[in-house]
Amino acid sequence: AVLKKRLVKLVVNFLFYFRTDEAEPIGALLLEHCRITKEEENVFSISFVEEPERKYCFECDSEEQCQEWIEALKRASYEFMRRSLIFYRNEIQKMTGKDPLEQYGISEEARFQLGTRKQ
Amino acid sequence: MKLNERSVAHYATCDSPADHAGFLRKRVERHHHHAHHHHATSYQRRWFVLKGNLLFYFEERESREPVGLVVLEGCTVELCEATEEFAFAIRFDDAGARAYVLVADGQAAMEAWVKALSRASFDYMRLVVRELEKQLEEACKSLAACRKSPRRSSSSSRKRHLSNPALLPLQEKPAVLENGYSTWGSGGGVPGEAACPDRDGGHAKPPPLPPRRRSAAGGTAGSPVPGLSPAMLESPVSLETASFSKLHSWYGQEVAALRREWQERQKRGHP
Repeated sequence: AVLKKRLVKLVVNFLFYFRTDEAEPIGALLLEHCRITKEEENVFSISFVEEPERKYCFECDSEEQCQEWIEALKRASYEFMRRSLIFYRNEIQKMTGKDPLEQYGISEEARFQLGTRKQ
Repeated sequence: MKLNERSVAHYATCDSPADHAGFLRKRVERHHHHAHHHHATSYQRRWFVLKGNLLFYFEERESREPVGLVVLEGCTVELCEATEEFAFAIRFDDAGARAYVLVADGQAAMEAWVKALSRASFDYMRLVVRELEKQLEEACKSLAACRKSPRRSSSSSRKRHLSNPALLPLQEKPAVLENGYSTWGSGGGVPGEAACPDRDGGHAKPPPLPPRRRSAAGGTAGSPVPGLSPAMLESPVSLETASFSKLHSWYGQEVAALRREWQERQKRGHP
């Protein structure tokens, strides 16, 4: 496989990639339902649920940089954030007896519910 | 611009729960090639599905792939004065980006959509998560303070904390969190997600010290990656402990210790 040098930008749950001298991205990967895997030294890959053998590989300049990217990408999905929110909400509720979302007026919203969510 | 379309389409149509869904009429945006021609405004009925910060639309409810996607970042959702009733618009901060004018079936549907779409952005979610993270840290601190202070003054808050049977599952084995695959060990799994085909079980180490707050000076990452500003790399959860399994264990241990104390006091006949 040929490796091409790219500028890579993580913006919300999208990973954009650019040719190093261009302002417009060549492409983007939506980072939902994906798996970030450490491959060999300095290399990580991104693969998706419905096509796990198809790996988008990225080689970093150092192992440290590689770990930083893995950590950042693992937390990049909206779904991950939603789980964080539900987790924190639950913990706060257990500790204080109060639902912290009530003050925002969003405690009933489907997206913040623990367990089954209705369509 | 290329996109991992197959994965995007899969995400749009898989059975992970949608945040909102329904039929809307979408205004057709036309280019006016000739100044003298006036094109009548027309609308197309589409099936819309909101998942996270992504608004997909399909030709039909049963369609297997979306015909379009709107990324709900840097936009506002407002009621609009179209000739249509129950119309609202998604407008972007970027003046060059086209607006989406959508028409709902009725007042209630319109209000529900506007509400759901206004809170759909990743940025909004991140704000709320950060706020809750702070609150949780404060709740932990005051709990820790309770443990050190004389029992009399703190017994009521501790009882409320300990009497909740939902605390018990914290001691169960936490799951490894991965992007879109995770389930909580303590009964918090979101149904409908793809099951993780294999997980590494490497989370048996004792938890480290409580997470340090991210410093105001920099992002969570150490040295910034070339070509990126720290803002782009900010993670939604600014924890030093890199995984929720560790955080889970940490709380679990604290709760286990408190339970033991409480049970011992029960045995000794204290209220």
